[in-house]
Amino acid sequence: MNMGIVYAIAYIVLAPFVGGFLDGVDRKISARMQRRVGPPLLQPFYDIVKLFNKETISVDSSQTFLLLTYFVLMLVTGVMFFSGSDILMCFFVLSTAATFLYFAGVITSSPYSSIGAQRELIQMMTYEPAVLLTCVGFYLAAGSFNVNEIASTGTSYIFRLPGFFVAFVFILTIKMRKSPFDTSTSHHMHQELVKGITTEMGSKNLALFQITEWYENVFLMGVICLFFVNGSITGLVISLAVFLLVYFLEILIDNCCARMKWQDMLVITWIVTFFTAGVNLVILMVIR
Amino acid sequence: MANITRSPWLLHYDGSSCNGCDIEVLACLTPVYDAERLGVMNTGDPMQADIFLITGGINSQNQATVKQLYDQMPNPKVVVAVGVCACTGGIFKECYNILGGADTTVPVDIYVPGCAARPQAIIDGIIQAVELFQKRSDDYKAMVKEKKRRG
Repeated sequence: MNMGIVYAIAYIVLAPFVGGFLDGVDRKISARMQRRVGPPLLQPFYDIVKLFNKETISVDSSQTFLLLTYFVLMLVTGVMFFSGSDILMCFFVLSTAATFLYFAGVITSSPYSSIGAQRELIQMMTYEPAVLLTCVGFYLAAGSFNVNEIASTGTSYIFRLPGFFVAFVFILTIKMRKSPFDTSTSHHMHQELVKGITTEMGSKNLALFQITEWYENVFLMGVICLFFVNGSITGLVISLAVFLLVYFLEILIDNCCARMKWQDMLVITWIVTFFTAGVNLVILMVIR
Repeated sequence: MANITRSPWLLHYDGSSCNGCDIEVLACLTPVYDAERLGVMNTGDPMQADIFLITGGINSQNQATVKQLYDQMPNPKVVVAVGVCACTGGIFKECYNILGGADTTVPVDIYVPGCAARPQAIIDGIIQAVELFQKRSDDYKAMVKEKKRRG
């Protein structure tokens, strides 16, 4: 349990730096894929510093409070996960956090922001089955929802949960707001929603949103690693390698794909979830 | 004072023009010129923008829009007029509906001439705008501090 507290504190302190650095790597690799030089690696941090130095204009003063709640709940999610408590509870808190982001979007009553917020809800509906099934998969394989116990059984779960892994990587594209499924915040310029759910967020509020995204990405990468850890150093190295590979895959997908309509996103994701996680679940229950 | 020159985010508005400068602004972001290596991002959102890039002249229909976009941008902010139309009204100057350059509506800081302005000139204009942006930011911070001190 003491180690759990150490991991949790490490998460709180290091996650924004790791997340920001990964974001910088993302932008650099994307630029190289487009044969551009690209911004410096530390560009995301320069952006954050600048955003904190600007005047705050918010359409509704409660927006800052709602974004702060989103931030705190995201922090709680990560802390719970890295301190080794219930993985199911982690994802419930994560969903609650996303709900506060939805409120921060609709409170401004801007049409772009509102449509972005509604699409955020649709995204939640899209990825939630895969997320819950992943938790169930871990329970069936490890006999516990407890992250601590899942991580310390001495076997990598990827051999028993390959379908769940595929489903989780698939929905990661939605969670990380990457291109084919980036319906709620349109990251790239000149799209139909301006900046989607973040349209009415400026300066400090946008910085807060960005930092929360970094925390979220590190948490999600932690879940990816959970498929591979087996208590040994080799397991740790393999999980880190897979984590970098998955991150690269997301960047590649982001640069290869145009955005989809939300209907397609919903149908495709649910089909993939059913045929990977669902089939894996049935096999796991029969073999057990 | 924080160094904020590395992250200028642009808001690009194309007024009453032939779209030549509009295309040249987008050319700045292509692999050949790659303005993003300087941290430049083209946001479509005035609330997140630092530098207001106007191409084309002001007419009676877009004047209110340009004014509103400028007002929606948080301080500190810099306005760059790109192309001769945005500087003076250019070839359209004598038209019945044209009010003139961008400075008829918003305070323009940097003028980038040319018809159409070349990408090199536009990037140079952005760099100058960034220096002014840093200065404004320092002034803004000092002002906020002064306000706080007085209560």
